[in-house]
Amino acid sequence: MSEELLLARDIEVAFGGKRRWLGRSSQPVRALHGVTISVRRSETVGIVGESGSGKTTLGRALLRLVDVASGSIAFAGQDITRLSEGRMRPLRRRMQLIFQDPMASLNPRHVIRRIIVEPMLFHGVAKNHADAESKARAIFTRFSLPHMCLDRYPHELSGGQRQRIGIARVALLAPDFVLADEIVSGLDVSTQALALNLLKDLSRDLGLAMAFISHDLSVIRAICDRVYVLRSGRVVEEGACADIFAGPKHEYTRALIDAIPLPRIDPDWLRRTTAADVAA
Amino acid sequence: MSGAILSISRLSAVSDRDQAPILHEVALTVERGETRGLVGESGAGKSTIGKAILGILPRAVRVTSGEVLFQGEDLLKMPAERRRRLVGEQIALIPQDPMTALNPGRRIEGQLTDGLRLWRGLDARGARKIALKLLDEVHIRDPERVLRSFPHQLSGGMRQRVLIAAAFALDPKLIVADEPTTALDVTVQKQILRLIRNLQSAHGTSVIFVTHDLGVVAQICDSVTLLFSGRVVEEGRTGDLLQRPQHPYTRALLDACPRYDRPDVGLKPIPEDLIARLRSEAAA
Amino acid sequence: MVDAIAGAAPSRHGFAALQACLRDPKVAAGGCFILFLLVLALGAPWMAPKDPLEQDILLGATPPFWQAGAEPGHWLGTDDLGRDALSRVIYGSRVALTVAFVASSLAAALGAVLGLLAGWYRGVVDATISRLVEIWMAFPPVLLSILLVAVIGAGVGSVIAAIAIIDWTRFCRVVRAETINQAGADYVTAARAIGFSRLRILTQEIFPNVFPVLIALVSLEMGIAVIVEAILSFVGLSVSSDTPTWGAMIAQGRQLMHQGWWILAAPLMMLFLTVLAFNLLGEGLRRALDPVMRR
Repeated sequence: MSEELLLARDIEVAFGGKRRWLGRSSQPVRALHGVTISVRRSETVGIVGESGSGKTTLGRALLRLVDVASGSIAFAGQDITRLSEGRMRPLRRRMQLIFQDPMASLNPRHVIRRIIVEPMLFHGVAKNHADAESKARAIFTRFSLPHMCLDRYPHELSGGQRQRIGIARVALLAPDFVLADEIVSGLDVSTQALALNLLKDLSRDLGLAMAFISHDLSVIRAICDRVYVLRSGRVVEEGACADIFAGPKHEYTRALIDAIPLPRIDPDWLRRTTAADVAA
Repeated sequence: MSGAILSISRLSAVSDRDQAPILHEVALTVERGETRGLVGESGAGKSTIGKAILGILPRAVRVTSGEVLFQGEDLLKMPAERRRRLVGEQIALIPQDPMTALNPGRRIEGQLTDGLRLWRGLDARGARKIALKLLDEVHIRDPERVLRSFPHQLSGGMRQRVLIAAAFALDPKLIVADEPTTALDVTVQKQILRLIRNLQSAHGTSVIFVTHDLGVVAQICDSVTLLFSGRVVEEGRTGDLLQRPQHPYTRALLDACPRYDRPDVGLKPIPEDLIARLRSEAAA
Repeated sequence: MVDAIAGAAPSRHGFAALQACLRDPKVAAGGCFILFLLVLALGAPWMAPKDPLEQDILLGATPPFWQAGAEPGHWLGTDDLGRDALSRVIYGSRVALTVAFVASSLAAALGAVLGLLAGWYRGVVDATISRLVEIWMAFPPVLLSILLVAVIGAGVGSVIAAIAIIDWTRFCRVVRAETINQAGADYVTAARAIGFSRLRILTQEIFPNVFPVLIALVSLEMGIAVIVEAILSFVGLSVSSDTPTWGAMIAQGRQLMHQGWWILAAPLMMLFLTVLAFNLLGEGLRRALDPVMRR
């Protein structure tokens, strides 16, 4: 059994609550309450929740992009909870992030080549520009991206291409852990299938530990081994995907699963409510 | 066609800038009281059809042929004033994004009663009474407070309910629902879909439901029209289309959808040669 | 779905960007006029038909060449001291352009640096800089500039200093707001996730996205600088009364309006066209330099 690559215990994240010069201090907003989550190598873990569940904050916290108020985060056995930015830097190559909106996550004023090559050179993954260029071309070919994309700006490409470039940028760094933050939300079903298959192949080849954030349980079912269900900053249920979907224990999980419309005729679906339903 | 509230035939449209085809010979019908799904991926033209019906096509899009018969009359050939009246009173829109569809600077009451005061000639008091009744119909618990509120004070689900109330305000014969649940959480989506379906059967309204989600179509549409690149690929009763898809594109689309009840099915990308074939057919 | 590459040609840096700039009609129009002014300013000694300071009372207040009573050689007429109006207008462009370029650049540099730092590092840095901006902006600008000129003494240098010292706050606020705006974008988070240092992110990732806003503001500021200089020389606080400036000419022309409208009209026209040119240039530049808006 492979050991845990990433282990976060009881983490709490709060925003706000600064003291102002002339006035009362504002109350901090708790985004996460005592969340514990672990990811092993070659494992894909799903983090599912609706808006306000704290799933994005959890992802950012795991990558130390957001400070945790309490709790601990360990990566490859090392405690990184309060590591300074300087000490985090060499670790960053090993823990990467793929974004939901590639239009927003690619600098609109950088050409794709620069966006792809700079991180490689920064982390020493490529020895020089020529080396970086050949690695970039290789992965573009593998991802069915025309090499011409390297000379373009992000806004000149299609959504599907941008999404694959976002994945390529991360893949080229050969990380150990990848956080995929709602990367297929808002994509067409066919583009979504392409991106997810790409991700699955990549994960298998690199033996990645992956945390997959999504609100779409069907997607989670398709690619995750285990899943954490988040609601209002707390984990309400967790377990192997197969188990959770076969028999969800928490009523919120049941409501979430039940709310998904499947592409099959189910005359009862609309009428069916679970205890967690608020309005009629 | 008897019983059909809307009948579109041979509708074609191009982009004014480069003559690129946006719609090609689109045909579809909506019977009275029916919910017809208009499905397709992005760029398929489904929103364009909705806008053509409502008469709100962007300037850059030009209709080149076809007719849109609403209760037997062609909306495209109608004089503008009559069309405005007809569409204003009898056809309504449930828009996609509840965040931006409401004017952030106006209270809900004003926005909800606009149509009532314009087309029914009601005064503020009369319109307010109807507005309260509408909010009740969409199960908003504190209608007085909501009427006084500004949009940013309401949640996404609440805003969408307000928009649905506005759509049903004038008791229209046809509603164009343009991806009304895409921006919502999945549990909220179910509540909204249920609401639309219940209101629709209560009022006897016909609905054109634009969406990219085949699951949603399966649950609330009686019939479906599937589009690709501005053309109708397949259409029929929902059950038939889902269980016995005729066109390879329909089958491929169904194979690409992930399903939590069948983890072995789904996530199969649409074969490129199929896309290429469809594209070349479109170009011909 | 098979993706097709957008039909647009790849946008490269450098030469192609320049070409795109020049093709924009606003840049072309504004840029041409500014270029023309530059030529005038640099080549004044050769282009001005007469010495702008040379007085000839006998030829005082003669009209431009298309009116009766005009003096040959004085195309735009003369002022009441017999100085050639055309030459004075040409030489006036020197002062105007010097002030425009130098003052706006200084104001922009100071304001942009502070704005970037405030918007990116936030916290104490932002609090300090923002308070400074607020206090600074509370001073009435006209009073401040008069004070400055009175202290430093008249001259082009003090006019430039006055404009830069007063107007940097305008840049600081806008750049700070845009920096805060960009700092929230995902591409900045992506850069942090890669591990780039904060300073590097500010200069390499954020600044290129703030630059278009800055450029638009700089060219607007150039127009403002020209006007401020004209106002200061109008009230006699600019360069010495001998050196021709458009503002001084306007002041003089105002008093002599009944004797000769042309003394007022020529510098006024130049002022108007110059500010217009800067505004057009600025808007065109912003659009042409912005790869996102460039289509």
